[in-house]
Amino acid sequence: MRIAVLNFPGSNCELDTIYVLRRLLNLDAELVWHEAFDRSGYDAAILPGGFSYGDYLRAGTIAAHSPAMKHVRAMADEGKPVIGICNGFQMLTEAGLLPGALLRNEGLSFVCRWVSLRVESNRSALTWLLPKGAIIRLPIAHAEGRYVNERRAIRELWRNGQVILTYVDELGNPTPDANPNGSMDNIAGICNERGNVVGLMPHPERGAEGVLSPFGSEDGLMLFESLLYFMNGGDRICGAG
Amino acid sequence: MPEELDYVIGQLGREPNRIELGMLELMYSEHCSYKSSRPILKILPREGPRVLVGPGYDAGIVDIGNGYVVAFKIESHNHPSAIDPYNGAATGIGGIVRDILCTNCRPVALLDSLRFGPPRKGRTKWLLKYVVKGISDYGNRIGVPTVAGEVEFDESFETNCLVNVACVGIGRRDSIVLAKMESPGDYIVLMGSSTGRDGIHGVTFASKTITAESEEERPSVQIGDPFMKKMIIEATLEAVATGFVAGLKDLGGAGLTCALSEMSFKGGTGVEVELERVHLREEDMTPYEIMLSESQERMLFVVKPEGLERVLGVFRKWGLPHSVIGRVTDTGEILVKYRGEVVARLPSKLLAEAPVLHRRAKRPRDLAKALKVPKPREPKDLGRALVRLLSSPNIASKEPIYSQYDYEVGIRTIVKPGDGDAAVLRLLEEPRAIAVKADCNSRHCRLDPFNGHAGAVAESARNVVAVGAEPIAAVDCCNFGNPERPEVFWQFSEGIRGLSYMLEGLGIPCVGGNVSFYNEDERTGRAVNPTTVVVTLGLVEELDWVTTMAFKEHGDEIFAVGRTYAEMGGSEYYHWIHGISGGRPPRASPGRERSSMAIVKEAIRRGLIDAAHDCSKGGIAVALAIMAIKGGLGIDVDLGRIPRSGVGRLDELLFSESYARFVISARPGSARELRAIAERHGGAISRLGRVVDSSELFMRYGGRAIRCGLGELREAWNGSMRRYLGEL
Repeated sequence: MRIAVLNFPGSNCELDTIYVLRRLLNLDAELVWHEAFDRSGYDAAILPGGFSYGDYLRAGTIAAHSPAMKHVRAMADEGKPVIGICNGFQMLTEAGLLPGALLRNEGLSFVCRWVSLRVESNRSALTWLLPKGAIIRLPIAHAEGRYVNERRAIRELWRNGQVILTYVDELGNPTPDANPNGSMDNIAGICNERGNVVGLMPHPERGAEGVLSPFGSEDGLMLFESLLYFMNGGDRICGAG
Repeated sequence: MPEELDYVIGQLGREPNRIELGMLELMYSEHCSYKSSRPILKILPREGPRVLVGPGYDAGIVDIGNGYVVAFKIESHNHPSAIDPYNGAATGIGGIVRDILCTNCRPVALLDSLRFGPPRKGRTKWLLKYVVKGISDYGNRIGVPTVAGEVEFDESFETNCLVNVACVGIGRRDSIVLAKMESPGDYIVLMGSSTGRDGIHGVTFASKTITAESEEERPSVQIGDPFMKKMIIEATLEAVATGFVAGLKDLGGAGLTCALSEMSFKGGTGVEVELERVHLREEDMTPYEIMLSESQERMLFVVKPEGLERVLGVFRKWGLPHSVIGRVTDTGEILVKYRGEVVARLPSKLLAEAPVLHRRAKRPRDLAKALKVPKPREPKDLGRALVRLLSSPNIASKEPIYSQYDYEVGIRTIVKPGDGDAAVLRLLEEPRAIAVKADCNSRHCRLDPFNGHAGAVAESARNVVAVGAEPIAAVDCCNFGNPERPEVFWQFSEGIRGLSYMLEGLGIPCVGGNVSFYNEDERTGRAVNPTTVVVTLGLVEELDWVTTMAFKEHGDEIFAVGRTYAEMGGSEYYHWIHGISGGRPPRASPGRERSSMAIVKEAIRRGLIDAAHDCSKGGIAVALAIMAIKGGLGIDVDLGRIPRSGVGRLDELLFSESYARFVISARPGSARELRAIAERHGGAISRLGRVVDSSELFMRYGGRAIRCGLGELREAWNGSMRRYLGEL
């Protein structure tokens, strides 16, 4: 079971992601320079957060058109997990591997803070083990995270269980105040129909250890553990439904 | 200056040519040479068992044990930020990150100390908005978290804002690289951005006062490229890991001239470079421009000949431009060639060691008057005063600012902005952590540079202690007016004396610093408040010791540590509530600081403390209010129990800014043990009351009572920055 963490020029969460996969989960995770990426031998790919190519054109755009993305696309087609975190999510929408777009935050500024999220679906590789309706806590840090799509397409996403995470308040309600960036329907993460391609704005790698969380939570770890189970054929241990 | 030119001619035995003159002018600028400040800075304590590299290098380096080191440094970027806040602040980060990087430590944290004019002024809003945006856009992109800082508002900073940036790096003791050229024959490689015409004479510009014409000097402000910088960070660490890099320095102020002369001077060698090899942004640049350019994002590598190809291979992988521009020689001089001709030839020593200036110092005449102000009348409703004080921009929550910074990247930040008195960053390799905080109360410093500066050291050390750390080293960033004016130079020398007094007293070595002069508004002739920002580094040996400021549980007992005096001068209470800017500020006492810090440290280590917060702006009342707001819990305290001397009025008890004080909360039943600890360390401690499950601050004093609703306090403290400054 090998996981490739892709390193683009300007990525900056690649080492954090590797740390969580290797040190906390004992997984065979490898940092792969984008030019050297060849999908053979890898069972999953993670596109980490950061500012690939400085995000100078539009967040994630240049990376989305790099040769490495051909391999990423092929892995997605083969049903292997492809996970985009923050800038990685932006790459996946730019590459057309996930529907919709991520625009500049409604408040126009970069926002770094911890948010509460509700698990809306557990058909994705990242939420596989999480009970639907569970409230989890992770930090966000982005300037372009406002998820938008056509109304009709969003209804479709909801119907298919492709909306996986929404921004909610402490009580689990998707209020406008709980929405840090103006995303439609408070959407924080989505997946494709098969559930193997997943994109989310929050950073699970930053919320995987109690010592880093203002709430002592380790919810980020559950997302990566879900990935592991998904890769292993999808045996859910509990809370399925 | 004519005397300097005479000195140069005397040393050279000839007139320098135009290029040489340009190089010397840069190196003799105040910014590069420290010619006014060097004789004074000598008195700072710089030795300590943990100190590996002290002042004089790009960054101070301290040993934190188990083979790990921390490199840290602070720098000012005031002048560029005052005329181009976005690029000025961004390149300020760029410069300090390179300073840490060139010791071969990975930059892991940034801190920003910002100072602006009154919050309602249009210029303040413009400067603040774009300084913060510059830091956010640059810092976030390079993947180094901005974890702490401070913001102060005062009339003196209206024209000339202060932007000080500190960076902290972590590395291995056995792989430190220094900015030296020691072996003749080594190659000199310039890596990173191309050299352009930007920033020529940047240091000269930074060494004079801002005037109406300064706006025209905007081309002297360099432009940063954080994307390039992020790649330079990774490529530099990868290149050094090959083992073939013998020396490393970033190109900042005075560009190539500075890097070549300082590195060869420190290593006792010389250099020979060929300028036509430098990769340029514009084709027709002259040797003069190439030697003086301050283009950002450039590093100078000294590479062992046998490893040249390996190192260049790393740069190629990252797609980073580079050029081999020359070699290290044993001549002791800088030999600059351009298309086969020698265009400059100067001894390294002549460039690197500018003659020292002994400036005159004189105590300002109006200072004595400023210290003596009549006491204002005590407001009837002190609860109201407390709410208003919490909304003072100098005290209010800075959340609208720090939420724009990525403070999480790197997964080290375990105490985040707003949660504790200092930022705490864990080591990824072992269960220990470091703590850092930057502090200065510039109003205290203006009224009494000696005590105010000693207080800045004490406050940053207290903040580090409050989160569970032991202070181990400090760096300082001095911001003053024109040193040619004896009154300013007096402030400077008194200030450094104050720093030295407290550093010595607390046993904290100063391992690096920066001096910025000429911070004044020429129109009004007013200099900025003398402001030396002190960054203290602390070591947390066990993660269990990490402590935050929020009250945790109702029933916990609240204690005041340290004695309160009627020290109201320069206080936020005088300024914000009464409009008084004078008075005698608190007196600094290393003995009292040591006692209070020892009490808190020991109590934390014994696991007695749930929350700790130092008392600074707004005094004990503001400290209690913030701890309650953060915890979402009320308090019930008797102010009459606060340890004090000569405090006759309730407002003084509430809002005095005496140093050497903390508020802590402890589990019920800890009082006896805490008193024993305090007695052993010769300090004062007293139980004031308890944390209660209410939404009210209830404070008794004799027959009087002050009640404030938590919601009202929270609204004042949280909402104020946006109220005064609009959406940032």
